[in-house]
Amino acid sequence: MKQLITGNAAVATAVKLCNVEYIPAYPITPQTEIIELLSRWINEEKMDAKFVTYDSEHSMISAAGAASLVGARTFTASSSQGLLYAFEMLYNVSGWRAPIVLANVSRAVASPITLEPDHNDVLAARDSGFLQIHAETCQEVLDSVIMAYKISEDNRVRLPVIVNLDGFYLSYTREPVDIPAQELVSQFLPEYKPVFGYLDGQNPISMGVTVLSSNAYSYFKYQLHLASLNALNVHEEISQQFEKLFGRKYGLVDEYMLDDADYVIVMTNSFATMGKAAINRLRGEGKKVGLLRIRMIRPFPKKIIAEKLAGKKAVGVIDQNISVGSGGILYPEITSALYHSNERPKSIISFIGGLGGKKISISEFRHILSTLETSFHVDKFPVQSVMLFTEDDWGSVKEMLKIAGKGEVSGN
Amino acid sequence: METRFRTLKDIPLEEELVPGTMICAGCGGALLVRIFEKVLGSNVITVNAAGCMTMLSVFPFTPFKSSWFYVAMASAPAAAQGVRDALDILIKKNKIDSKDNLKVLVLTGDGAASGIGLQSTSAAIQRGLDFYYLVYDNEAFSNTGFQASESSPFASATKTTSPTETHEGVMSQKKDLFEIWRAHKPPYVATISPAFIKDMMQKIERSSQFKGPKLFIANSPCPPGWGIESDQVIRVANLAVETGIWPLKEAINGEVRHTWMQKRRPVEEYLKTQERFEHLFKPTRNDEIINQLQKRVDDYWSSVKK
Repeated sequence: MKQLITGNAAVATAVKLCNVEYIPAYPITPQTEIIELLSRWINEEKMDAKFVTYDSEHSMISAAGAASLVGARTFTASSSQGLLYAFEMLYNVSGWRAPIVLANVSRAVASPITLEPDHNDVLAARDSGFLQIHAETCQEVLDSVIMAYKISEDNRVRLPVIVNLDGFYLSYTREPVDIPAQELVSQFLPEYKPVFGYLDGQNPISMGVTVLSSNAYSYFKYQLHLASLNALNVHEEISQQFEKLFGRKYGLVDEYMLDDADYVIVMTNSFATMGKAAINRLRGEGKKVGLLRIRMIRPFPKKIIAEKLAGKKAVGVIDQNISVGSGGILYPEITSALYHSNERPKSIISFIGGLGGKKISISEFRHILSTLETSFHVDKFPVQSVMLFTEDDWGSVKEMLKIAGKGEVSGN
Repeated sequence: METRFRTLKDIPLEEELVPGTMICAGCGGALLVRIFEKVLGSNVITVNAAGCMTMLSVFPFTPFKSSWFYVAMASAPAAAQGVRDALDILIKKNKIDSKDNLKVLVLTGDGAASGIGLQSTSAAIQRGLDFYYLVYDNEAFSNTGFQASESSPFASATKTTSPTETHEGVMSQKKDLFEIWRAHKPPYVATISPAFIKDMMQKIERSSQFKGPKLFIANSPCPPGWGIESDQVIRVANLAVETGIWPLKEAINGEVRHTWMQKRRPVEEYLKTQERFEHLFKPTRNDEIINQLQKRVDDYWSSVKK
């Protein structure tokens, strides 16, 4: 049954379908609609779960991990400053091997403070041990939450998962979403049974204990890494089961007009839709350009990325984030995935766009393509990440600087 | 209510916390944890914040017969809520037998309780979480080597408040956690002491009739931090009570009652036992500060209803 729902409602609907039992919460824009819906459904007895508002995201994630270890299927959600406030506990919850699912509704990080999305929030958590699935559409959001529980609770993985959706562009945007039947979801995702059984008086256990031995520390930390890597195969397996039941297929990456493309733009999340529209335009003008969207960012699917980009003339990576002092965050990861390929593209160029939710216009996509073409034909490669920022963008900022009393600002 | 703890002979024989840990010899806090766990029994999960007691369970060993959960410094009470809620959910769904239900005990030091973890504690009390909270108050960040915490007493020396010609150690007053907690109106708050075991056991027992937050602040002499010998811990704890510095009290639904109200000794007798107050006596006696400390204690007790 298709309904026109927001990305936030898609998350909440999936959580309900997954028979989640426990929801620790803390409000933050643009995530709040998720917890408002869930709390309402619980109060209306449409959902059998417990909802608790905590004093902070740090506390919320602590409680989520704890409840999951004891044996309740747990969901939580955050965004931006909230995710950063919880940061210490992200590392703990993955170290506890607690299979929670966290929806992060991407929002750029202060300062300056803003509301619209980029991925500095979620990518800051890339080393935490949480798996990361980044969705492009509201349908993918709903499906990814359901898949996330199955991957997370798989004994080969048993790690928490972040499902990322862009604030505003997905969180508050209604799209037609096929909502699966409860019976099918329950068939796909059976009851959560924790590995060590439920924690109770009969089954005492020590959790989160100090490890003073560096050997033991190295062992446990590397176990996390191996478990995360297992998720690459587990995702493919689960994706096949998902397709069989629901008829929709998700890969680790999503490709668009890639096969015969000479030039490829790499993107993530909802802005990939803008990218695909640009590809359509450029194809119409006879340009052989395609798009690769990375859906699973942790574990990072190096192998498939290298395969998909092998033999291309040049690749442009659009990072909707900025590692201050370095550039795009995903760019070096993609470049290193290709280093040992014999068919490595001649150039791989880093672009930064969409910061704070700034749209990427067709002129910016044209600029990317021409930069790629130039790099291929005349060996000219920008050393630093190229910032996508148009004359119009600059004009509007100059106007604001003037109002803020900074006078006339010259230069480009 | 009828008590099962009439004399020290009534201490349960069953050990819940067995010997062989890294905790310092003579640690007042460890003694408290041992007795506390004995009274609570075996179906317990101890939820811990970073501090000295984190060193109790070090992989691959644990001295606890029951469950242990180290969380982080700021959020043990939040994790305790997660544990409690999950247990309740699973019991309701018959996934756990109700006879295997666990008591949830949060165990933290004073640094976590009065500072970084105060927000999560406040929220847990406000939500009415059904749990026990034991603070071993050794009046500093002892585990990191004895730096000043918000619970360090006025004029005490710590590693970050060295007494000099111009500084008398800690220049601020100890945070009154008992009153902060009591302001939240939990069913039970008490102070306890390792020198008054019977009082402590009776308080834990009394608190157990209440559903909701049951909160304990324990005076915990710290041999390396306070500068006392391991075998002097109980004597010092005893003097803390008998000089009136550490009032033994409880508040049931907000109403305060003192459980020790005898003739007090001079505060000086307590101060003299510890190196952290040595600068008040050597090289010259600092009557001004000693009198201030005495006056503060006198003022407190003059406000106590007889």
